[in-house]
Amino acid sequence: MSDNLDAYLILSGILFAIGTFGFLGRRNAISMLMSIELMLNAVNLAIVAFAAFGRAVDAQAQGSVIALMVMAVAAAEATVGLAIVIAIYRNKKTPLVDEYDAMSQ
Amino acid sequence: MRSKIVPILLALIVMSAVLGIAVLMLLLLGQDWADALFWVLAAVMIGAGLLVVTMRDIIRCGLAMIVCFLALAGIYVLMGAPLLGAAQVIVYIGAISVLILFAIMLTQTKDAPSRLVFQTQAVPAAIAAVVVAVLIALAVAATDWGELPQRVRLATSAMSKVLFDRFTFPFEIVSVLLLAAVIGGVFLAKREPGGPS
Repeated sequence: MSDNLDAYLILSGILFAIGTFGFLGRRNAISMLMSIELMLNAVNLAIVAFAAFGRAVDAQAQGSVIALMVMAVAAAEATVGLAIVIAIYRNKKTPLVDEYDAMSQ
Repeated sequence: MRSKIVPILLALIVMSAVLGIAVLMLLLLGQDWADALFWVLAAVMIGAGLLVVTMRDIIRCGLAMIVCFLALAGIYVLMGAPLLGAAQVIVYIGAISVLILFAIMLTQTKDAPSRLVFQTQAVPAAIAAVVVAVLIALAVAATDWGELPQRVRLATSAMSKVLFDRFTFPFEIVSVLLLAAVIGGVFLAKREPGGPS
């Protein structure tokens, strides 16, 4: 099972679906950001799985490097996203997204 | 006291059940260590992911997210990319989770956990998520990947050679992106002097 590309891809798909549900269903803005992190990790898992089963050693290295780049971009995204959430919280006094009906006060 | 013991007991029961299944697979079904580890890590990852999106207390959601990322790091190591597992632990558990926990503490209101956790569209969202999962599983199962080669453990030296040889320009772009994110985060989150505090 651990030598099977399908197993890793289906695992990644399940994690992505969990993230989708969290993003669409949760009310808290930070919960939605956490769900986005879950989805990013699922995609990263798929990238690493494809890389690990690559035909050439060079292809494996390239896939891993791309996964590292995705991690760096995810870190940048988390920083800016949380900063935006905190800035909106300062205006609206609530972290619940269904009460955000305008970006200004 | 009693209410504190029950969740600990539950966690111990779940952990022992997972480990018991692993030992059962190892001894009775004759599978090897990699398979048993894969099942344990996958179960922990999916379970923790479900807890992240369903639990009521958002601090616990953040802690479950750490568990989920830790299991994912284990899966990276299992796949033969130990450097990625280390980077996962450092970046996600060390940096992003702490950032998210800080943001939770900064935005927590007293009545938030007791109120409704899900949107009114939670049931359609669940249906959509199940549809996504089934579609991905069907697409994966229907695709013929051809002859897959035997996996080898990825040497860190080969990876670093690719990173600093062919991917030098993206590497520098990522550093500029991180700098821009730091400046943007500080600018967005700082209090304006004289503004609403």
